[in-house]
Amino acid sequence: MILTKAQYEEIAQCLVSVPPTRQSLRKLKQRFPSQSQATLLSIFSQEYQKHIKRTHGKHHTSEAIESYYQRYLNGVVKNGAAPVLLDLANEVDYAPSLMARLILERFLQEHEETAPSKSVINSMLRDPSQIPDGVLANQVYQCIVNDCCYGPLVDCIKHAIGHEHEVLLRDLLLEKNLSFLDEDQLRAKGYDKTPDFILQVPVAVEGHIIHWIESKASFGDECSHHAYLHDQFWSYWNRFGPGLVIYWYGFIQELDCNRERGILLKACFPTNIVTLCHSIA
Amino acid sequence: MAAVLESLLREEVSVAAVVRWIARSTRGSEDNPGEAAALSSLRPLRKEFVPFLLNFLREQSSRVLPQGPPTPAKAPGASAALPGRPGGPSRGSRGARSQLFPPTEAPSTAAEAPLARRGGRRRGPGPARERGGRGLEEGVSGENLPGAGGRRLRGSGSPSRPSLTLSDPPNLSNLEEFPPVGSVPPGPTGRTKPSRRINPTPVSEERSLSKPKTCFTSPPINCVPNSQPSALDTSPWGLGLPPGCRSLQEEREMLRKERSKQLQQSPTPTCPTPELGSPLPSRAGSLTDEPADPARVSSRQRLELVALVYSSCIAENLVPNLFLELFFVFQLLTARRMVTAKNSDPELSPGVLDSLESPLFQSIHDCVFFAVQVLECHFQVLSNLDKGTLKLLAENERLLCFSPALQGRLRAAYEGSVAKVSLAMPPSAQAVSFQPETDNRANFSSDRAFHTFKKQRDVFYEVLREWEDHHEEPGWDFEKGLGSRIRAMMGQLSAACSHSHFVRLFQKQLLQMCQSPGGAGGTVLGEAPDVLSMLGADKLGRLWRLQERLMAPQSSGGPCPPPTFPGCQGFFRDFILSASSFQFNQHLMDSLSLKIRELNGLALPQHEPSDEDGESDVDWQGERRQFAVVLLSLRLLAKFLGFVAFLPYRGPEPPPTGELQDSILALRSQVPPVLDVRTLLQRGLQARRAVLTVPWLVEFLSFADHVVPLLDYYRDIFILLLRLHRSLVLSQDSEAKMCFLNKLLLLAVLGWLFQIPTVPEDLFFLEEGPSDAFEVDTVAPEHGLDAAPVVDQQLLYTCCPYIGELRKLLALWVSGSTGRSGGFMRKITPTTTTGLGAQPSGTSQGLQARLAHAFFHNQPPSLRRTVEFVAERIGSNCVKHIKATLVADLVRQAESLLQEQLVTQGEEGGDPAQLLEILCSQLCPHGAQALALGREFCQRKSPGAVRALLPEETPAAVLSSAENIAVGLATEKACAWLSANITALIRREVKAAVSRTLRAQGPEPAARGERRGCSRACEHHAPLPSHLISEIKDVLSLAVGPRDPDEGVSPEHLEQLLGQLGQTLRCRQFLCPPAEQHLAKCSVDLASLLVADQIPILGPPAQYRLERGQARRLLHMLLSLWKEDFQGPVPLQLLLSPRNVGLLADTRPREWDLLLFLLRELVEKGLMGRMEIEACLGSLHQAQWPGDFAEELATLSNLFLAEPHLPEPQLRTCELVQPNRGTVLAQS
Repeated sequence: MILTKAQYEEIAQCLVSVPPTRQSLRKLKQRFPSQSQATLLSIFSQEYQKHIKRTHGKHHTSEAIESYYQRYLNGVVKNGAAPVLLDLANEVDYAPSLMARLILERFLQEHEETAPSKSVINSMLRDPSQIPDGVLANQVYQCIVNDCCYGPLVDCIKHAIGHEHEVLLRDLLLEKNLSFLDEDQLRAKGYDKTPDFILQVPVAVEGHIIHWIESKASFGDECSHHAYLHDQFWSYWNRFGPGLVIYWYGFIQELDCNRERGILLKACFPTNIVTLCHSIA
Repeated sequence: MAAVLESLLREEVSVAAVVRWIARSTRGSEDNPGEAAALSSLRPLRKEFVPFLLNFLREQSSRVLPQGPPTPAKAPGASAALPGRPGGPSRGSRGARSQLFPPTEAPSTAAEAPLARRGGRRRGPGPARERGGRGLEEGVSGENLPGAGGRRLRGSGSPSRPSLTLSDPPNLSNLEEFPPVGSVPPGPTGRTKPSRRINPTPVSEERSLSKPKTCFTSPPINCVPNSQPSALDTSPWGLGLPPGCRSLQEEREMLRKERSKQLQQSPTPTCPTPELGSPLPSRAGSLTDEPADPARVSSRQRLELVALVYSSCIAENLVPNLFLELFFVFQLLTARRMVTAKNSDPELSPGVLDSLESPLFQSIHDCVFFAVQVLECHFQVLSNLDKGTLKLLAENERLLCFSPALQGRLRAAYEGSVAKVSLAMPPSAQAVSFQPETDNRANFSSDRAFHTFKKQRDVFYEVLREWEDHHEEPGWDFEKGLGSRIRAMMGQLSAACSHSHFVRLFQKQLLQMCQSPGGAGGTVLGEAPDVLSMLGADKLGRLWRLQERLMAPQSSGGPCPPPTFPGCQGFFRDFILSASSFQFNQHLMDSLSLKIRELNGLALPQHEPSDEDGESDVDWQGERRQFAVVLLSLRLLAKFLGFVAFLPYRGPEPPPTGELQDSILALRSQVPPVLDVRTLLQRGLQARRAVLTVPWLVEFLSFADHVVPLLDYYRDIFILLLRLHRSLVLSQDSEAKMCFLNKLLLLAVLGWLFQIPTVPEDLFFLEEGPSDAFEVDTVAPEHGLDAAPVVDQQLLYTCCPYIGELRKLLALWVSGSTGRSGGFMRKITPTTTTGLGAQPSGTSQGLQARLAHAFFHNQPPSLRRTVEFVAERIGSNCVKHIKATLVADLVRQAESLLQEQLVTQGEEGGDPAQLLEILCSQLCPHGAQALALGREFCQRKSPGAVRALLPEETPAAVLSSAENIAVGLATEKACAWLSANITALIRREVKAAVSRTLRAQGPEPAARGERRGCSRACEHHAPLPSHLISEIKDVLSLAVGPRDPDEGVSPEHLEQLLGQLGQTLRCRQFLCPPAEQHLAKCSVDLASLLVADQIPILGPPAQYRLERGQARRLLHMLLSLWKEDFQGPVPLQLLLSPRNVGLLADTRPREWDLLLFLLRELVEKGLMGRMEIEACLGSLHQAQWPGDFAEELATLSNLFLAEPHLPEPQLRTCELVQPNRGTVLAQS
C-alpha cells in the first residue's frame, strides 16, 4: 500500500481531532473503503500520536491536572457508573488511556504517602483490579478498552503485530533459503545496534545491495520514517552497509529516496531477489 | 658560474668534466689536468652551478613559455593551508624560491683552460645533426615572465645575465616563416603522421571563464590560472600578442589557402601532413602556433652543448626534481610562439653568438631543438612513462621532424607498452562494519562509554553523509555546517578508551575511503577482508558518481602541486580541524603511528629471480597489488600523521628568523618526534626497502613546518634523503639493487618534496653530498624489496599524479587548447578488489623453523604465502571453534549449575560475585582440554586447506611438507592464544551467562519455563494474536461501554472468537509471551463479563441477554482454553477480584449461579485450588460492598465452602441442581 504524498495527506486531513474510539475507526473505514484497514489504522494511530505529542504539554500543567481531577471527582460523585473519565478525555481532546493515567497518578498522590512509582502505575493500568478505589478502577478500565491508540492493550497489540511480521519475514527468508542472523543472535554477539535480520550473504533487490532487512509493521509516514532513519536505519547502514526496510502497511512513495544511498523501502517482501552466484569467478 | 658555462661553450672544458666537477667533491682521477685546473679555480662556486644553469635556462626560455601550463615550483596558495583561514601573505613570494641563489659570486674570468675533448658521459646516442640553422633574431623580454619553467631561479649576481636583443616581431602573416603546423619542411623520414585522434573535449570549468568563442581562434590572453593571482601581477606576456582575434571564418579561409598551397608546393610530403580528413577545428586551433623547423636552428652547437650539460645534470640527479625538468623540456617542445618584448634594448649588438651574451633560444626552432636534444638523453625515462604520454610523444610532429630516431624508439616503446594508467576513481562512502571482536560491550569500560560510542558512530556517519551531500555546493562551509556538531560529539568522548575506539573508527574509515583510489575499496588493511565489504557498497551508486566525475575538470596544481587533501581526504582533514580536540589528535597520532609501523614492517614477499617464468608473472601481479595497497595506505596514514603532528606548529605567518628562530629551535629540539621516522628510514635503507619507506616518509615530511628541517633530527633525515636521491642514477644499470620504476618513483616523490615551500631552498644545493659515499650497510638479503619490480606505472602515477602533467602538456599541444587544466575525457579501467595476504606468523625458533625457512627458500613465494595464510586462518578459526564448542558447553554447565544453586538457595541465590567464583573454580580447570582440542582441530583442518590452495601439480613431498608446516604454525598460533587466554575467556563467558540468568530470574519468572511449539502438522494458518487481542478488546469495550443502542455482539461471534483463540494458542508460530499474557488477561475479563452477564448481545430481535446455556458453553470453552491451550500463567484469581465480582453488583436480579459454576469447574479442572479460592473469597469480604451484596457474597462463599470434596460423579449431581440454587440465591 504505497501512497503518494497527496493521497496520504487526504487521509491525514480527515483525522484532525478525531477521538481514538472504535466508532471513529469505523467511520474512517467507510470513508476510505479502498485502503486496507490495517493501513488506515496505522495512519490513524500515527496521526493521533502526533497530535497528542503536540498537545501533551497543555494537559500536564498542574492547573489542568487539578481541574481534570476535580471534574472527575464531581462526575463520579454524581454517577460512578457513567463514563466520566472517558467523556472527560474526549471533551478535552486527550487520549483516554493517558487521561486515566493522569487521574490515577493524581489519585494515588492524594491517597498514598509517597508519590507512586512509574512501575506501580503501569501495573495498575495493566490490571486495574489493583487500583484501591473500585470506581476509579472501572473508570480506568473503561478508558483503556475504549482507547484504540494508547494504553497497555494497544501497546500489546502493536508489539504483537511487530512480532508477527518479524516471524513472517523470518519464514520468508527461510523459504528463500537466505541465511541470516536475527536480532537475538546479533545481540548475543554484542552488536550495539541490531536490525531484525542481517543476511550472511548479501543479496540484490532491484539492483540494490541488501545486507540487512528491517521489518516495520506500520505505515511509513514522514515523521516516523525520519525518526527511524535517524535512530535505526542509518545506524544499520553505518555498521552493516546498505539494507532494506519493509513497511508492511505501506509508506509514502516520496520517502523512498535513499535507494542510492543504501536504504531501500518496500511494502512487502521483495519478489525478485538476486543472490550471489557461486559459479562466477 | 657563467664562467663555467662560458668555458664550456668555448669548448674549453668537456661536458663530462663539468658534470664530474659538479657532482663530486673530490676530483675524479680521469679528469684531464687542464680541465681540472680550470675548474678547480672555480671550486667555491661549484654548488652554485646547477641552480645557475637552471635559472639560466628558465630565463632564456621566458619568451617562449608564457603560454600553456606554467611550471610552478611551489604553487602559491598552497591548499595544505588551514581551510577557512586566509593564506599567509608570504606564501606567494616564497613559492618563487627567490632566495635560492644568494647574490654572492663575482664575475669570473679566470676560466681560461684547455679545450675539452670528450662528449658527455652519458649523452644520448643521437649525434648532433649538421644542418644549418637560420636564427630568428628576436629579443628576449626582460620582464619577469612567470610560467617559464616557473621555477625561476634568479641568479641575481650573474654577470652574464642574458642581455636583451630585439628584432622584428614575428611576421605571422608570412607563411614562409610561419607555415602552419603540419606543413613542416621536409624532414629526414618519410613516414606518415599517425592518424589524428579525436581531440579531447575540454570541459574545464575555467573554460567557461575565458570566452569560449575565442578559444579556437586566438591565443588565450588569460591563461594564468585563477588560483594564482600573484602570478598574474607580473604577467605581461600578453603584450606581444594581438588581443583581438581573427574570426573563425577568416582562419578557415587561411587554412584552406595554406593547404592548397602546400599541396602544390610539396606533392610528395615527406614530413607529417595532416590527413585530408583531419578535423578542421583542431588544426585551426594550432594555426597560430609557430612551426618549428630543424633547418632553422641557430647556433646548433651551443644548444647541443648546453643540452648535454643540462641532460647530464638531470641524469646525475643534480637537479632537485627530475619531472619538473622534463616538464620544462616538454614546455619547450610544445612552445607555441616567441614573444617579442616591446621594451627590448636595441643597443645591444647581437654579435657574439658563442657566449652567453646572446640569447640561447633565438627562435622556436632553437627551443624545440634543445628540447629534443635533452629528450634524446632521457629516452629511458620517457619510455617508462604511461602509454598515453608515450602515444602523444610518439605522435608529436615536432619530435618527428627533429629526431626521427627518437620518435621511432618512442613509437616502438609505445607499441610495446602495457602501462595503461587508469585514473583514480573516488570510492563512495561505505561504512566501517561493526566487528564484535573490537566493538562489543566487553571492549568498553562501562555501559555508558559503550552507548556513547554507539551514538558517536552514528553522528560521525551522519556528518560524513552531510559532507558528501553538500561539500561541492558553492558557499557550503564545513566548519559552519558541521563544526559545532563535531565538537559536541567529541565533547562526549570522556573516557580515554572511547577516544581510542573513535580513533580506530576514524582511521579505518579513512583507509577505506581514501586508501586505494583505484581499488574497489572496502578492504581495510590488516583486517581480514570480509565478505560484506568485498561485495561492496552499491556499485551502481559508485558508477553514477564516476560518471559525474568524468565531466569534472581535472584538478591538479601543475608539476609541483603543494600537498593537498583531494576528495574524501578533505573531509577527514576538516574533521580534525573542526574537532580541534587535543585528545583526539593525540590518540589519532598514536593510532596512525602504530599502523604505520605495522604496515612498514609488513614482510612483503621478496623478489626471487629464480622463479619459474609463467608462475612468477601471475604471482607478481598479486605482489604488486599488495605492495600498492600497502604503500598507498602508508602514504595516506603518514600524510595524516604529518598533518596532525605538525599542525600546532604550522601557521600562516612567515618562518621565524634570528633569535626567535634559535629559541624555537632550542625548544623544539627537545620534543621527541611523534614517530621515530629517522630510525625507520635508516632501517628501510638498510633493509633495501626504500621503495616502501621513502614514499610515505615524503608524505609525512611534506607537512612539516618551517622549523622542522632545521632540527638536527630531521636534518639528518633530509641529508639521508638527499644522498639517496643523488644515488638513484637512472642510467646506472643497477637493477639488482633497485628496479628502474622503483627509482623513478623515489625520484619523483623526493623531487616533489624538495619543492615544498617549507623545505629550505638551500638544502638541496648547499648540501655537500658525498654522493659517491652513499652506501648503506645493508643487512637485508641480497634482494631487498627495492630490487623487486613492485612499482608499475599505475602506482607511479597514483602516487605522483603530477607526472600526468606531462601528458596534459602534450595533449594541450595536440588540441591546440591553451586552457590551463582542460579536462580530458578519461578512460577508466575498472580495477579489481585487492586482497591482502597473510602476515607472517613471526614465530620461528629452533631447527624446525630453520628447516621450514629453508624449505620455503626454493619454493615460489606464493607457496609460503599460502601456508602462512592457511596457518593464520586455521589458527584463528580454531580459537573460534573452541569458543563455540568447549566454552559454550562450559557456559551451559554453568547455567545449569546456577539453576541448581538458585533452587537450593531460594530466589535470592546469594551474592552474584560469589556465585561466579564458585562456578569458575568448578569450570575453569576444564579449559585445559582446549589445547588438546585445538591441536586436533588444526591437525584436521589445515592440510585440506593447503591442498585446496596450492596448484594441483605441486609435488607430493612439497605438498605434505607444506601441510605439515601449516599444521604446525596453526597449532602454534592457536595454542599460544589458548594457553594464555582460555581461563579468562571462560570466566568472561560464564560471567555474562550468570548475569544473563540472574537478570532473567528477575521480573517475569512466569514467562520462563518450557514452551511447546506448534504441532508438526501445523500450517500456521491460525488467526494472528494481534488480531485476536484487538477483537477481544472490542468486545470488552462494547461490554464496558459506552455504546450505541444498536451495538452488540452475537453469541455466534463470541463462540467463533473463542474458537479462534484456541487455534491461535495452539499455533505458537506468531505468539510472543506478552501477547499470550494479554490474551490470558483478556480471556479472564471476558469470563467475568460473561458471569456478570454484562455482554450486550445482538441476536434474534429483542433478546439482549445471553442465554444461560450459551453462557455456560462459552465458559466451558474458556475453561478448556485455560486448561489446555494457554502455556503461560492465566490470572484466574482476577475472576474473584473485587472489581470483577463487583460487576455482579450492578445486575438486577443478581445471578450467582454462573460464578458458582465457574468456581467449581476451576477446582474440578485443577486450574485453581480450593484453598486458593477460599482465600480469594475471604479477602472479598474485606472490600466494601452494598449491604445486600455483601450478604449474598457471604452466602455464595458458604455454599462453595460447604460443598464436600467429592469425587467427580457427585459433583455432577451438584451441577444439575445448580440453577435452582442460583435462582434461590438470586431471589433471596
